[in-house]
Amino acid sequence: MNHTAPNSFRTGPDENGLFGIYGGRFVAETLMPLILQLEQAYKDAKADPSFQEELDSFLEHYVGRPSPLYFAERLTEHLGGAKIYFKRDELNHTGAHKINNVMGQILLARRMGKKRIIAETGAGQHGVATATACARFGLECIVYMGEVDMERQKPNVFRMKLLGAEVVPAKSGSRTLKDALNEALRDWVANVEDTFYCIGTVAGPHPYPEMVRDFQSVIGRETKQQMLKREGRLPDSLVAAIGGGSNAMGLFHPFLDDKEVEIYGVEAAGLGLKTKTKHAASITGGRPGVLHGNRTYLLMDDDGQIIEGHSISAGLDYPGIGPEHSWLHDMKRVEYVSATDKEALAAFQLCCRLEGIIPALEPSHALAHVMKIAPKKPKDHLMVMNLCGRGDKDIFTVADVLGVKL
Amino acid sequence: MSRIERRFAALKAEGRAALVTFVTAGDPDYETSLKIIKGLPRAGADVIEFGMPFTDPMADGPAIQAAGLRALAAGQTMKKTLKMVKEFRKDDQDTPVVLMGYYNPIYVYGVDKFLADAKAVGADGFIIVDLPPEEDQEFCLPALKAGMNFIRLATPTTDDARAPVVFRNTSGFVYYVSVLGITGTKAPDLKSVKANVNRLRKHTTLPICVGFGVKTAEQARAIAKDADGVVVGSALVGAIAASLTKAGKPTSKTAKAVHELVASIARGVRK
Ligand SMILES: Cc1ncc(COP(=O)(O)O)c(C=O)c1O
Repeated sequence: MNHTAPNSFRTGPDENGLFGIYGGRFVAETLMPLILQLEQAYKDAKADPSFQEELDSFLEHYVGRPSPLYFAERLTEHLGGAKIYFKRDELNHTGAHKINNVMGQILLARRMGKKRIIAETGAGQHGVATATACARFGLECIVYMGEVDMERQKPNVFRMKLLGAEVVPAKSGSRTLKDALNEALRDWVANVEDTFYCIGTVAGPHPYPEMVRDFQSVIGRETKQQMLKREGRLPDSLVAAIGGGSNAMGLFHPFLDDKEVEIYGVEAAGLGLKTKTKHAASITGGRPGVLHGNRTYLLMDDDGQIIEGHSISAGLDYPGIGPEHSWLHDMKRVEYVSATDKEALAAFQLCCRLEGIIPALEPSHALAHVMKIAPKKPKDHLMVMNLCGRGDKDIFTVADVLGVKL
Repeated sequence: MSRIERRFAALKAEGRAALVTFVTAGDPDYETSLKIIKGLPRAGADVIEFGMPFTDPMADGPAIQAAGLRALAAGQTMKKTLKMVKEFRKDDQDTPVVLMGYYNPIYVYGVDKFLADAKAVGADGFIIVDLPPEEDQEFCLPALKAGMNFIRLATPTTDDARAPVVFRNTSGFVYYVSVLGITGTKAPDLKSVKANVNRLRKHTTLPICVGFGVKTAEQARAIAKDADGVVVGSALVGAIAASLTKAGKPTSKTAKAVHELVASIARGVRK
């Protein structure tokens, strides 16, 4: 698609929740009054300085922000090109960026007087973050998780239970993240009065893509300040992994109008894009459609039936992507690329050995792309990768692939 | 006057409510589904909804989810669903056919092409679950322009402030969703159905049909007192499921089970 570049890439969405043709509010009528109510509540909260103050306070003292911007010296030496920094969101409480968004949404739910929180989760990181915040505020928490993912991510299922959440298996369809989202939407339709749906990524109907992006943008805002302080200038490139796209959007958004900053979103190529169905690269291997409340790039067949994504990483196998990414792709502001299971696994191991950091499999995809492009960049090229999660949850998957019995 | 409008006018003259039946097109397979659908008018259905199967039906309960997956597994496509409407129309020129489903398969098919093809095979209207009034420019307005009916769902959350928005571009009839929730899981609360139907009548002159959770002739009879039509879906789809072999194959009982249930509920609607 051909578009002329706008004056700013940071003004979306419009009042209908659209980023270009993407986004919108494709939901059942039962939910519509609620979604409008949520939109208003979020607008009010955004305009209320005490809301941001409360959120900032929890981000500092409970989540542990700001997260460090760390110079990955040995990796930089090893790759022999760009100077590589990690934005260390894996050091957050609960081990990933997901909690940034959850704190925002749960404080909003409290403002709205909602007492029952539902969430969907794939890898379990968003579920754990939601269960954590609900425990902290004494809220009822129900997490929907695909039956297949519950098996793949057992430690996170147990964590959520320890935190007092109820984990409900999604048994329909492909029994992974997309089905957990369906189940959460079905729950919401049945419990509109008292329930707040805490979505874990920049997808879903408007205002979720905007709201989750705003809450995650703390990542990019901090990165900007930290880089200015460390290097006296902006980074030259940003790299982040994309499932639904929340950690990526959080890092990217504050930089979208800094036109000289190259931005790369890395999708999961699974067993390779050529396999057609054994990957989760919605942009590089899909096309526009409508699912889960918004129009965006999706993996589907010729008849519009959704294909389940595949990735070694349970957090990336969503068959869609946040609508703002779809727009940024069409506008060519962000370059969307992909990394295979194999490449991510190699990056995972390299990061463990060179930096003493066990990354999650999701940012390992971002690192795989860093490994491809950093060597070609000059030594004064500043590259920031979002290390958005730690790998404790993935050691079983990795051991399995490496043929090690735990 | 559209076929839907003619049918509701005729029933009004007869002094009774409509029985609106829903089955998923292609469930459990094309041939059996066609046989089921062809027999519905004789069994007592006044309006027929063909569900267009979708992998991710976010407003449907387990029964209709399973029906969609059965149909897809048996190879149902949008083209085949339209072909079924065409086959149905060969024998029946009067019973309105409403295509019900989710937007993505239509969007991928192409809105204009879909409208032209649906019209050509003799479909009359659409219920698209994930297209609220806020998205009217996508499909609702083009459908109305093509001379088809766009039937909207009204729900217990459709309050007096929201109702005018919901009814603005609605035609044919209104489908009142009697429960907060997904299809086939809760039984409608008859008192609140009555109150809500009467409340919505202040906002629309269109016939109001009530569905989601209607399973028996008794429920249908009670609802028919206040509404212009009763919609039955999950119960029929459940009857299909119950008639299948362990391997999910249709049996000689499959079509009969649906037709018998429709006949019994039809007696309820006819008092
Ligand atoms: C560590 C981590 N990174 C990334 C993701 C993918 O989500 P998103 O693309 O929204 O950041 C997940 C999701 O579970 C995750 O746990």
